[in-house]
Amino acid sequence: MHRYKCLISIEPRSKTMHHPKEQILNCLTYALLAIVAICAVVLLCDISSHRDRFFYSKKDPVVLDLTISHAPEVLLRPDPEYRGRNVNCTFWDCLNIYKCEHDTLKVYIYPLQEFLDEKSDKVANTLSSEYFQILEIVLKSRYYTSNPNEACLFLPSLDLLNQDMFDKNLAGPALASLNFWDRGENHLIFNMLPGSAPAYNTILDVNIDNAIVLGGGFDSWTYRPGFDVSIPVWSPLVHQTNSIPIHNGAHRKYLLVAAQLNLLPQYARTLTELMSTANNAEQMLLLGPCDNNQLKSRCTLTQHQKRWEYPRVLGRGRFCFIGRSLRVGQPDLIEIMSQGCIPVIAIDNYVLPFEDVIDWSLAAVRVRESELHSFIRKLESISNVKVVEMQKQVQWLYSNYFKDLKSITITALEILESRIFPLLARSSRQWNLVRQNSHSTFNPLFLTSLAPKSQGFTAVILTYDRVESLFLLIQKLAVVPSLQSILVIWNNQKKMPPHLSTFPTISKPLKIIQTRENKLSNRFYPYPEIETEAILTIDDDIIMLTSDELDFGYEVWREFPDHIVGFPSRIHIWDNATMRWHYESEWTNQISMVLTGAAFHHKYWSHMYTYAMPGDIKHWVDDHMNCEDIAMNFLVANITNNPPIKVTPRKKFKCPECTNTEMLSADLNHMRERSACIDRFSKIYGRMPLRTVEFRADPVLFRDNFPDKLKRYNDIGSL
Amino acid sequence: MQAKKRYILVFVSCAFLAYCYFGGYRLKGAPHRPRRAQHESAKDGGVQPYAQLPSFMGYEQRQPLSNESTAVAVAAKKKPPAAACRMETCFDFTKCYDQFLVYVYPPEPLNSLGAAPPSSANYQKILTAIQESRYHTSDPAAACLFVLGIDTLDRDSLSEDYVRNVPSRLARLPHWNNGRNHIIFNLYSGTWPDYAEHSLGFDAGEAILAKASMSVLQMRHGFDVSIPLFHKQFPLRAGATGSVQSNNFPANKKYLLAFKGKRYVHGIGSETRNSLFHLHNGRDMVMVTTCRHGKSWRELQDNRCDEDNREYDRYDYETLLQNSTFCLVPRGRRLGSFRFLEALQAGCIPVLLSNAWVLPFESKIDWKQAAIWADERLLLQVPDIVRSISAERIFALRQQTQVLWERYFGSIEKIVFTTFEIIRERLPDYPVRSSLVWNSAPGALLTLPTFADSSRFMPFLLNAMGVEPRHNYTAVIYVQIGAALGPNAALYKLVRTITKSQFVDRILVLWAADRPLPLKKRWPPTYHIPLHVIALGGSSRGAAASPTAQTGQEGRPSISQRFLPYEEIQTDAVLSLDEDAILNTDELDFAYTVWRDFPERIVGYPARAHFWDDSKNAWGYTSKWTNYYSIVLTGAAFYHRYYNYLYTNWLSLLLLKTVQQSSNCEDILMNLLVSHVTRKPPIKVTQRKGYKDRETGRSPWNDPDHFIQRQSCLNTFAAVFGYMPLIRSNLRMDPMLYRDPVSNLRKKYRQIELVGS
Repeated sequence: MHRYKCLISIEPRSKTMHHPKEQILNCLTYALLAIVAICAVVLLCDISSHRDRFFYSKKDPVVLDLTISHAPEVLLRPDPEYRGRNVNCTFWDCLNIYKCEHDTLKVYIYPLQEFLDEKSDKVANTLSSEYFQILEIVLKSRYYTSNPNEACLFLPSLDLLNQDMFDKNLAGPALASLNFWDRGENHLIFNMLPGSAPAYNTILDVNIDNAIVLGGGFDSWTYRPGFDVSIPVWSPLVHQTNSIPIHNGAHRKYLLVAAQLNLLPQYARTLTELMSTANNAEQMLLLGPCDNNQLKSRCTLTQHQKRWEYPRVLGRGRFCFIGRSLRVGQPDLIEIMSQGCIPVIAIDNYVLPFEDVIDWSLAAVRVRESELHSFIRKLESISNVKVVEMQKQVQWLYSNYFKDLKSITITALEILESRIFPLLARSSRQWNLVRQNSHSTFNPLFLTSLAPKSQGFTAVILTYDRVESLFLLIQKLAVVPSLQSILVIWNNQKKMPPHLSTFPTISKPLKIIQTRENKLSNRFYPYPEIETEAILTIDDDIIMLTSDELDFGYEVWREFPDHIVGFPSRIHIWDNATMRWHYESEWTNQISMVLTGAAFHHKYWSHMYTYAMPGDIKHWVDDHMNCEDIAMNFLVANITNNPPIKVTPRKKFKCPECTNTEMLSADLNHMRERSACIDRFSKIYGRMPLRTVEFRADPVLFRDNFPDKLKRYNDIGSL
Repeated sequence: MQAKKRYILVFVSCAFLAYCYFGGYRLKGAPHRPRRAQHESAKDGGVQPYAQLPSFMGYEQRQPLSNESTAVAVAAKKKPPAAACRMETCFDFTKCYDQFLVYVYPPEPLNSLGAAPPSSANYQKILTAIQESRYHTSDPAAACLFVLGIDTLDRDSLSEDYVRNVPSRLARLPHWNNGRNHIIFNLYSGTWPDYAEHSLGFDAGEAILAKASMSVLQMRHGFDVSIPLFHKQFPLRAGATGSVQSNNFPANKKYLLAFKGKRYVHGIGSETRNSLFHLHNGRDMVMVTTCRHGKSWRELQDNRCDEDNREYDRYDYETLLQNSTFCLVPRGRRLGSFRFLEALQAGCIPVLLSNAWVLPFESKIDWKQAAIWADERLLLQVPDIVRSISAERIFALRQQTQVLWERYFGSIEKIVFTTFEIIRERLPDYPVRSSLVWNSAPGALLTLPTFADSSRFMPFLLNAMGVEPRHNYTAVIYVQIGAALGPNAALYKLVRTITKSQFVDRILVLWAADRPLPLKKRWPPTYHIPLHVIALGGSSRGAAASPTAQTGQEGRPSISQRFLPYEEIQTDAVLSLDEDAILNTDELDFAYTVWRDFPERIVGYPARAHFWDDSKNAWGYTSKWTNYYSIVLTGAAFYHRYYNYLYTNWLSLLLLKTVQQSSNCEDILMNLLVSHVTRKPPIKVTQRKGYKDRETGRSPWNDPDHFIQRQSCLNTFAAVFGYMPLIRSNLRMDPMLYRDPVSNLRKKYRQIELVGS
């Protein structure tokens, strides 16, 4: 550039010379210079755009080029004939499932094209910022594929979001011109505002044949269940408002805020009438447009207009109204949700966004248009507890599925994915899971019936080398009527277990498993040899439990199969001095853990202990050879919110005469370590899941003045 | 200009042009439109490429509407097709505001030959279930929903149960009104060869179809209800429980996937079953079919038939069902099949192979938690699908099959009531239950949404929601005798004891005695604890508390009044007491803390047991000391206040009438109800067995007839429930250090130590 300037600056000097031939040559030179100048300018622009694109593609190493300025043109002949779409489409006959036989959903995006009327040069559509973003989101998502042959679904780059913004006569031919269109099979059409004046159909008036519509304005007549996806109408306002902390709780000033501008006049009148009744004036905020035709401000309808900032004003209401307009779907819904306000939806037959998967009854109030005159009463009757629950649900739904175009697009694709690969589908509970607080749980053992008595339990004995007491224990266990079989876990790699023939002969099956490593978690491994629901984990030196006690323990477990049921118990206590949890083995009035040295639990918990223990708890326990019972108590309590159940008065494993000085539990250090375990585990869980209870389970006639032979469990020891 | 300079200039220019020509080829296609320039200016700013694109929506899409434009739009609006009914267009809500009542047309008059009009056993069961339910009204003017007296279950014109001339029969109905607010139950439609789903043989008009084997296309969403297909021996009430008794993990069984059934050689729905043999491996996948059915199977048989029949005879249907993890449920001629419910009951996880079938009650039940979908088009993928499901998932799926079976599908009554509740939730003023309520025990039929709008006020889903029951309890004392109130009277002592409890919120005395209410000053001081005395005695009070008044025709107050949901009860916990109960404060407090951990059960002191008496072939009731119990008397027990509401508003009127007539057994009924809901036994606490002040001579408990009456009650109740809901428990709950040889000073509940049995 600089050089050209120099050349141009020379020119006036050369003009002073007058040679006819030279003049012609000068003219030619000037002409040449002019051409060069023009080219230079054009090229510079081009280079600048090149650079931009260069950086862009570097940032985003995907194959498809979404540069707007270089879309190739496609000339079309308009097709005024409107066939619409195949209303009889279902997932089962309009979707070509054979294209989706890969493991995951793959979406191909057509490159950007410019569709023009071949005669008038009119463009078929205008690419909107929102559609561009949707394309970009899909492009960057895990669903994208650049290979149309492996794609299950196809996404045209033709923007059909708003029917006011495209030529419906050209859109059909434009779609039909796509390479893989094939009557719209497996094609996705994103549309938020269907229909146009005056009829405002609830489906876009374009020949889309068998394509799947991800639409924002369905009513229940146009929505093809299981085939189309209902999406929200996006609001650009939400994006522009900076996120502010939402004032929560039932104590928002207004019961109802209604700020929808394009409400049908008859309903707007109803609202005004409602407002005029004495009770409602105070608790309703009715807003209309301000004179500047701005969306971001709303004014009261009274004489003295009070100006409110929109959509923030919606945060003032517990409930926010959205009613019928010419189009069914309105962006107001997303604006209401962004402010944590509970939507009151008075649009009959509107298919709510993501209705397939979202349980709107938890987050919205639906009102029939015909009962608009009485719905305030309905809102007033909703309890504050429910209002807070719904507000939380609205916020949760918003932040998961609605907060930006990315959430919306990905949610829509996920719904499609769950139809095509039903195994990957989330259940309704998972879609709508709102953890109202950290204690919300789902108990995986929810079969309500009592465990059957016939099965009995499997005793799993963890042993190292105490053969003598092991044999004694086996003999004692063998006479327990509800014992089904015994599994000895030989946790000693240095020494072979004694030969099976040397074991005491018992009438119940006995198996010995030698482990590869001396780990405490071997006690909780879900061995396939365990055929019963109930497992009795028992240490090899616990020989003082009577047959009646074990039998009764199993009986208690049957009634509480999702709890840990054990004998000696422990408690955790918060120490205010050290600000830490403290492990306590004193005999107190409360317990929160039972020792797994002798306890019943469901085999499922062994599975969870082995494969689904949070954090590094399992490794930590194995490394430190301690706290495996605390870990098990934490695991079960965290999943079920249930306390353990202590059975009978039995409080210690050792009788006074069999004192064992080497016993680990006597060690003070050991106790300190266990306190540290509780601290450590509660940090990993992010809460203290253990629950304290004051009861234990005893046989019905325990300590009753009643003949012992009539008592089913009479040999119940004390302490 | 010097020649040399010019040449250089020309050379440079040419070089530049050449560069432009070769390097700038990309520009060639670029048209120059103003729109384009706009985009490019956007690039220079270095912002997101889409920032300068126009938004898809502007002010014009949201501006206020003028009356004119609205009028034009409304006029231009396409009317929805008349056949496509929705609740708003085809249902009259006006009669459904206060109550949801169902009218059943009387049976049609005998025809000219004196024969009763044909009606199948199943349809009779449906009508009986409705007529004996709380939905039923005999007044068509009060009804929200109408049920035909004409059997419409089987509309296969070749079937023996097919009722002829339905259109003319319908035309004779006085309230037909083109089917508005009617519900039509149907199991089969269409006939050979096409089995057309919509072919009922009459025009259902605006009636709601409760129909089996519906397809996505034919169903009017939000209007019709898809029901399961059930066979002819299906029970009216209760029905068999799910077969899954044990909850073993992993839940794998001998066979992974099984199917045994008919196969159609050709015709509609034949392809799927005809290709099933590809999946059969005889080891873990058993797919056996037969074409040996129908009159002319020999003529129609293909060359696989003989081989198929041999394999088919090797397996027993029932055995396969019980011993398979998954059961294939392919479509038959119609989309639904009996096998779906059979598999569900057996806990054999259904693998659906019936494209476009709308599963039963699909609008409310989340089948993803209980079934697996396969696609008829991808039949050969089925083995891979079932093998890829994790053990945890199988475990959960199998349990859910049982929850759904027991709560919604076990009997005709449940199916009909579920259908009604789905329709009822569409009514304007009726609260909608959440999908969590619908899909977890005890299910929607036992969760009355009118009780409270949040599940946290119910006893069932507290753990799932991570909340605990609200604090404190309301003591409700039921006074039947009304002995003179003095410091030595049992009632006086009882109130004093309650007052000392640290968890009591208020005391409610229900005065059902004939004697007049004691004066206010005769009551012991209750300090800050409010004491409400409510006179019952057939007064208007009982009637006011509940729309379905418990006072009978003769005006005698029912003993069930003690369980009315009084609005004075604000706490979740209710402590129900008889006037002569003797309990100490520690006992109350301890029982309350136990109840907080089991808020869905009855937690109390005196326990009783039921047993099956083989000699009398009836249920027996015993108050003897036994090793087990199944009833905790509500004369001294804690329970959730929701059960008051359920007792009053849900229990069959027949049961309430039994209680009223005998003036007895209300506590047994409450125990049956709670066990029916929870499928769990009640909980007895501590040793105490007697709880009556034995000094009081006039107690009805001393009446010998009393006991016999209770025994007969128990049998009546079991008959109305259709089964015996009571469940036995072998344990009781004691305080942690109860009777332990440690210092009493260490014990929290010392008073309990002193109470004998």
